[in-house]
Amino acid sequence: MDTSLSWIKAYVPDLDCTAQEYTDAMTLSGTKVEGFTEFDKNLDKIIVGKINKIEKHPDADKLVICQVQIDEEGNEVQIVTGAPNVKEGDKVPVVLDGGRVAATHKDGAAENGMKIKKGKLRGVDSFGMMCSIDELGSTTDMYPDAAADGIYILSDNPEYKDAPVGSDAIELLGLHDVSFEYEITSNRVDCFGMLGIAREAAATFGKDFVPPVVTKTGNDEDVNDYIKVKVEDNKLCSRYTARVVKDIKLASSPEWMQRRLASVGIRPINNIVDITNYVMEEYAQPMHAYDLDKIEDSQIVVRRAQKDEKFTTLDGQERVLDDTMLMICDGKKPIGIAGIMGGENSMITDDVQTMLFEAATFDGTNIRLSGKKLGMRTDAQAKFEKGLDPNNAMEAMDRACQLIEELGAGTVVGGAIDYYPVKKEPFTIPYSVEKINALLGTDISEDEMVGYFEKIDLPVDREKKEVFIPTWRQDLERLADLAEEVARFYGYDKIPMTLPSSSATMGGLSDKLILENKVRNVVEAYGFCEGMTYSFESPKVYDKLNLAQNDVLRKSIVINNPLGEDYSVMRTSALGGMLTSLATNYNRRNKDVRLYELANVYLPKQLPLTELPDERVQLTMGMYGEGDFYAMKGVIEEILTRLSLKGTVTYDPAAQKSFLHPGRQAKVIYEGKEIAYFGEVHPTVLKNFAIGQRAYVAVVDLAELIAMPKEAVKYTGVAKFPAMTRDISLMMKKELLAGQVEEVIRKKGGTLVESYELFDVYEGAQIQEGYKSLAYKIVFRAKDRTLTDEEVTNAMNKIITTLEEMGASLRK
Amino acid sequence: MKEKLSKIMDEALSQIEASGELEKLNDIRVAFLGKKGELTSVLKGMKDVAPEDRPKVGQLVNEARTKIEAKLEEKKETFEKKLLEEKLKSETIDVTLPGKKLSQGHRHPNTITLEEVEDIFVGMGYQVVEGPEVEYDYYNFEALNIPANHPAKDEQDTFYITKDILLRSQTSSVQVHEMEKGKLPIRMIAPGRVFRSDEVDATHSPTFHQVEGLVIDKNITFADLKGTLQEFAVRLFGEGTKVKFRPHHFQFTEPSAEMDVTCFKCGGKGCRFCKGSGWVEILGCGMVHPHVLEMSGIDPEKYTGFAFGIGLERIALFNYEIDDMRLLYENDTRFLKQF
Repeated sequence: MDTSLSWIKAYVPDLDCTAQEYTDAMTLSGTKVEGFTEFDKNLDKIIVGKINKIEKHPDADKLVICQVQIDEEGNEVQIVTGAPNVKEGDKVPVVLDGGRVAATHKDGAAENGMKIKKGKLRGVDSFGMMCSIDELGSTTDMYPDAAADGIYILSDNPEYKDAPVGSDAIELLGLHDVSFEYEITSNRVDCFGMLGIAREAAATFGKDFVPPVVTKTGNDEDVNDYIKVKVEDNKLCSRYTARVVKDIKLASSPEWMQRRLASVGIRPINNIVDITNYVMEEYAQPMHAYDLDKIEDSQIVVRRAQKDEKFTTLDGQERVLDDTMLMICDGKKPIGIAGIMGGENSMITDDVQTMLFEAATFDGTNIRLSGKKLGMRTDAQAKFEKGLDPNNAMEAMDRACQLIEELGAGTVVGGAIDYYPVKKEPFTIPYSVEKINALLGTDISEDEMVGYFEKIDLPVDREKKEVFIPTWRQDLERLADLAEEVARFYGYDKIPMTLPSSSATMGGLSDKLILENKVRNVVEAYGFCEGMTYSFESPKVYDKLNLAQNDVLRKSIVINNPLGEDYSVMRTSALGGMLTSLATNYNRRNKDVRLYELANVYLPKQLPLTELPDERVQLTMGMYGEGDFYAMKGVIEEILTRLSLKGTVTYDPAAQKSFLHPGRQAKVIYEGKEIAYFGEVHPTVLKNFAIGQRAYVAVVDLAELIAMPKEAVKYTGVAKFPAMTRDISLMMKKELLAGQVEEVIRKKGGTLVESYELFDVYEGAQIQEGYKSLAYKIVFRAKDRTLTDEEVTNAMNKIITTLEEMGASLRK
Repeated sequence: MKEKLSKIMDEALSQIEASGELEKLNDIRVAFLGKKGELTSVLKGMKDVAPEDRPKVGQLVNEARTKIEAKLEEKKETFEKKLLEEKLKSETIDVTLPGKKLSQGHRHPNTITLEEVEDIFVGMGYQVVEGPEVEYDYYNFEALNIPANHPAKDEQDTFYITKDILLRSQTSSVQVHEMEKGKLPIRMIAPGRVFRSDEVDATHSPTFHQVEGLVIDKNITFADLKGTLQEFAVRLFGEGTKVKFRPHHFQFTEPSAEMDVTCFKCGGKGCRFCKGSGWVEILGCGMVHPHVLEMSGIDPEKYTGFAFGIGLERIALFNYEIDDMRLLYENDTRFLKQF
């Protein structure tokens, strides 16, 4: 929504403020001004000049030398111009030596304008410049009477013909004005029109609000002799008003109307179109004009469209409708899509004689949905969508007819059609000074509150303690709404600042968030940086991850209205995002990259969704460069340690993840539950993501860990008795895993085994094909005594015997 | 005898004085005090000394030995000190060479910012809670006073899964879950991801984060809302930060406001970050709409409350002067390691 200051001042004549003051005050009282443009920002020393004499330039064919009168006393300056359209006697805008214009013919528009100085053109002195409309910062769209290519000849316009020479041309052209851009919230339908904003401005600045006085219009004929209206769907059309104008004289609208329209960016066309637009801006009530002679059977029928009904709108496009959409029809055919756009078959053309004016109230939601389905968005539609006040329609209709008469654009036929079966009535809201103050934390008197209500045209009955709510304030429903009216005129800035004084509460994080923070600390200590990726995925990611057709990860939630295919499903794994991020880093030649993400995956319980999915928080890690499979494993082990998860962990190579290297992957089983998997990324997957070196990923299902019982940390005494260590070196088939050997050490060694450490793994020369060698250092210790050699030997023998039974042999 | 001793001593002392290095001192010690040294040989010659003179001579020899030893020790210390100085000098390093670091990971700027916000509100007694990202329409809209087909729904381009299930467009949905638990008073913040159908560009992302706040109790006022959020702003952005509340409209609060803070880059003078205004919009807030309370089973005659919603990325971008939101989701480690 835009307004110009001049248009607001038309209804608040005493308003006297700068553009900045207006912006600040309106924003603080609830009408947010997003910005403003001063049309004369770059215009200075520009007057109405009169060309008294034109001579040829002695040295340039395309230049002429003009003697331009610059005041009523007859003083002249000499100006050389190349413009082709000037003649003696013309009045033109002249920027004098030292003045400024918004643009020049040669260089185009400049952000801070261009200074004009006297100079020589081909040896002839020139003391200023005659201006085109572009040089004045506007366009021929907004000033249709200005020459498209050449100087703006003011005297060609009858309304400017008599402007005094030497007077301010900026003033004459209405360019000492400011355009404000607002952010109007959807609840303030009234503020989508000039009158609504002007009412707010008047209240904000404490000035009188002077709306237009709409007078009675029409001749002694009866509109009912011209047209009948039948509304078949009064749910979608709560009010339909119509009037007829005959003997139409199409012409330009007057300068004041053209200027006001142009000041809010609406292009003046002709008097009829301009009046329609003007009233729409003024009253926030869209209007439509039909050529009555094209309406068959002298009848308007408002009905729903038929399914797949085709209709050509006035922009020449054929639209396909459905039976939810509301149509305006005549006795035989549709002539407009209600509230959105009229039809080509009934539009006003240059030879129009008689027209039908329509001002109706359509259901906002229906208009919005219809517009969406049709892919259309018109100015009228944007206003209807908000849900207009039906009581505004006839007022706007009469205002338009008043302008028709005032502008001499035609003869208004007497009477009006007004289909309005259920009148919307104003109502009252009881107010309580105590309750309003209690909600705001203020101590505002009743007098003050009543003053605020009244200045925004909400009458108050102090006896009954009621505020009268006009129908144009449909945002006001209950006491809290009245409190806001009080607050915004009292001043949000004047409301004190206190802290809640009531009950004390304990602040803190949930157990889940605390656990997440612990995990962050561990992985960051291991060099992983936190990344974030979208929760959406492309369905193509499944193929990139080598997933089997029946893989459970392919079961993902599909977004009905995605931004595009790449963002069309909810991820079941963050690996796609992780590998994409690794690829980004690889592509940018970043070395030794380690990333993690802590975020949800979305696992549907059924498809299509009938209930919310399982949102599981997972830790996803990825790395390339320094580090290998065991580096990743180390991080997982550390996480378990730090989370006090001290139960039995096994690493099972049968993880069966198709996106991981078949020989370098493991799932992590904690107390019988799979809590994580990790491994080297499968070479095909690396290729799919364009990562040119080995990469490793891990996924830890934190959601699972959160639920697991954590062992409380308890101090155990630092060992007082000496330890005994034994080294063993074993030879075994490759298939026998270190994990299996270690299980034997733990089980057979019993409580005496304090710790063990794998210090050598060897395959190759000196070792039989298909075999490997593992060497362990085992530390034995008892808490209560010094172990004897015999005890340790017994334990070792048990371990070795069992290992030998499994096919391992001791290397001597 | 006495002269002889005196001569030996003088000779020893002058040799010590003249010696140029540590090793030489040992030679001198051996030559004078060693088993075959000169002083020792004097002692060996004691048998030729008259018995009555022997104690006297012995004393003189000891005195000479003590003096020589003291001198040796003194000289040794001088040499050692000098050697140490030389050694330390030779070990001088270039302290401007780079330090050696363990490669630590870094938290995401969003997370760092969130933790700052959480710390402030936890300190004021707020619980940090979460809610689902895939959400029922009811919690995202209807229970927040945005009924079906309300135009306010259009202001947030929402992703839908089915007619009733969507990706939450605001963390305000968590308000409803908390209120439905029926445990009062409530002081909570709810951080999390939200989703809106915005094309990706420097200032838009279809995924971003909000932090929702909700307080419900007896006698909560708009003044409490202002005071709480001012406290938050000052703690987050520093002493001297000013706040400005402007009227606004949200369906689920009444009265509603937007809060600006003095631009933390220029302190309110006006710069390119605040587009010259000196103020930066930080959050939307308001008193919980009585209808919202009613729908969640709270009696608006007894309880009032306030709610607010902070755009996390907005604060992170401003705080770190990041000029393109896409950087937050690209995960280039050269970017991430700066925080």
